[in-house]
Amino acid sequence: MYDLSTLAAGSILASLVLYALLGGADFGGGVWDLLSRGPRGRAQRLLIAHAIGPIWETNHVWVVVAVVILFTGFPKAFALISTALFLPVTLLLSGIVLRGAAFAFHSYHLHDEGGRNSRWGTVFACASLLTPVLLGVVIGAVSSGEIRAHETYSVGASMAWLSPFPLSVGLLTLAVFSYLASAYLILETDDPGLREDFRLRALWSSAAVAALMVAVPLLAKRGAGDFYHALLGNDWSAGLVFLAATAALGAHVSLMLRSFSVARACVVAQASLILAGWGAAQYPYLVRPDLTIPAAASSQASLRLILIALAAGGLLLFPAIFLLFWVFKKDTVFGRTNRS
Amino acid sequence: MTELELARAQMAMMFAFHIIFAVAGMGMPLLMVIAEAAHRRTGKQVFLELARRWARGTAILFAVGAVSGTVLSFELGLLWPRFMEFSGGIIGLPFALEGFAFFAEAIFLGIYLYGRGRVSPVLHMLAGIGVAVGGLLSGILVVSANGWMNSPAGFLLRDGMPIDIDPIAAMFNPAWATTAVHMSLAAFAASGFAVAGIHAYKLLRDRENLFHRHAMAIALWVGGSAAVLLPVSGDFSARFVAKDQPVKLAAMEGQFRTERGAPLRIGGIPDSKAGTTRFAIEIPRALSLLAFHDMDAEVKGLEAFPRTDWPDPLPVHIAFQVMVACGTAMAAVALLAALLAFRNRESLFRPGFLLPAIFCSPLGIIAVEAGWTVTELGRQPWVIRGVMRTSEAVTPVTGLALPFVFFSVLYLALGVSAALLLRREVSKSPSFPASADTSAAREREE
Repeated sequence: MYDLSTLAAGSILASLVLYALLGGADFGGGVWDLLSRGPRGRAQRLLIAHAIGPIWETNHVWVVVAVVILFTGFPKAFALISTALFLPVTLLLSGIVLRGAAFAFHSYHLHDEGGRNSRWGTVFACASLLTPVLLGVVIGAVSSGEIRAHETYSVGASMAWLSPFPLSVGLLTLAVFSYLASAYLILETDDPGLREDFRLRALWSSAAVAALMVAVPLLAKRGAGDFYHALLGNDWSAGLVFLAATAALGAHVSLMLRSFSVARACVVAQASLILAGWGAAQYPYLVRPDLTIPAAASSQASLRLILIALAAGGLLLFPAIFLLFWVFKKDTVFGRTNRS
Repeated sequence: MTELELARAQMAMMFAFHIIFAVAGMGMPLLMVIAEAAHRRTGKQVFLELARRWARGTAILFAVGAVSGTVLSFELGLLWPRFMEFSGGIIGLPFALEGFAFFAEAIFLGIYLYGRGRVSPVLHMLAGIGVAVGGLLSGILVVSANGWMNSPAGFLLRDGMPIDIDPIAAMFNPAWATTAVHMSLAAFAASGFAVAGIHAYKLLRDRENLFHRHAMAIALWVGGSAAVLLPVSGDFSARFVAKDQPVKLAAMEGQFRTERGAPLRIGGIPDSKAGTTRFAIEIPRALSLLAFHDMDAEVKGLEAFPRTDWPDPLPVHIAFQVMVACGTAMAAVALLAALLAFRNRESLFRPGFLLPAIFCSPLGIIAVEAGWTVTELGRQPWVIRGVMRTSEAVTPVTGLALPFVFFSVLYLALGVSAALLLRREVSKSPSFPASADTSAAREREE
């Protein structure tokens, strides 16, 4: 029923979901580092650095996986996206570089000086704020229908990403990543004050995400008509959007009731469903409206090998990732819940 | 500069930057694991401290290497979209496998760096080995993709597009084996000598410090073994290039005329206009001997190829000479170290050896950069040799000066900061006087 190219495109979406849930939360951690304040500002920053230190490099690799499947399985789409969206992708890269390197330098200082903020800490935090926005802008732009293959190939970079719809997707991405981070961070600490800090942040993020979940489709109606119709007209994506809204409600209520592990599960579901809903609405396009999944796909031989490599790699990889999280997140992810 | 030149300059700058950290990511974990193993075997605290220090250095180097490597995977498309459009489906397999190797490195480095005391010592050691293996594999796999650009395989051309794609044949392209071995050895030599030189410098003023003595010894073992093997692997590489990419060999050697019994040129400045290499010391018939293991073999000169297919022999020849000179110096110092260690180990820590070791400290990195210059500039004007010209691959986007300047400044800042942090790490010498070893061993026995 599903051909290889759809499976490969599905693997890109799956990598993006994992990147959002894991790497996205690390960016969200940086956002909360930037916004750390109050009597526990320093404790907040230390908690964030402690939470993401051992795992951020692993979480970061998911975006590499996504881009490698894209250029191997869909070289035409990769060429089109990197030409048309030259500017936001370049900015996205500088954000990725700055966030990663600055965090490594920052945590080195942290280790030495016990939590005093460094200049690199600020760079890490600012890059964590900008990178998700740019990632969302790129995702919004490929859905907008404004990137035309023939124009791009002759003229070069497009400015279509600088319009309300892609920018709103960028803000949604930022809000979701921050939301994920705050929901995870509550369970990273036993300190009631810190828990309350991040609970409040999670509630604010929840409101921001909810507002953007309304704003993005409204802006799509004006700026990305085809996508709008696909999003709400297609049973799959409309259903997924409905489920995402349900999860959002569940997350918010659980946060209010201080049922933190339920809240975390709901936020994870909400973020995954938003991305899945985007995927269902975008299907069968990779870049609307000129490049569909089959039109951009590599040869069957290449797709088959890539999928085999992914499956085989996953068999080795997932136990290793499980081990990593078992070692560092035993209590917070797998273990006792609702310690209060 | 034209847009094409700007794109090439940016790509070259990014590779030149990334390769330093990539090489460290291959070499440093091995040093760290050896120190850790020595600690487990002997129980001496000095090895534990060494493993810790090297791990902290590795953490910084790996982080910068990881993000600059990620940038490159995107830049391939940003700067060379036509190249990626053509080759993504052919050469994606090694990139995908490299992704997994990168994953393994990141996972195990996380466990190694943050897991000391949280996981069992055996698992900790295994995690260190996982980092080293992951680093080695990712280097080898990336080199496969580069090998394919030099020796394309696994597809047929029809109307300028690839058909009958066989990604396995592309991955196992003819250039891969020689390049991967050469690159891996170079990474160990460069890391080993860089680290050995740093500790040699500290030993100049603090000769009895066991920390630096053990550190230099381990680094020399790794770097020296690789440096001695490099000329052998270089011979395989050169003979492969002579057969597979004769025009690159001609540029490397500054050989313009096709001749039997071609001389080996040491130094010299190739002059493409005059069609000759001036000021070189020529060793008669040595090039034929080295390239084909036959003193009378015919070596094709640049003139045997259309002028439009020539790489610029000036930088290629000079870079090649630099690489060989650095490699020779490192191999010589490695042999000297072996000789001294055999006759009187103490003499390794006298200035007579420390000074050459310090001198060699940057040579491995310089050789790596020069070697990449040879293979990349030697492939020009092609991005995929014989299939796609670099000028056909470049993006239609204009204004490339901006990202070039931006990333140059950014990378400069990152490079300087990483260097300052590493210097800080080195400058605080832990004190391990000669008596520390024995007392630690005694403590362990008690």
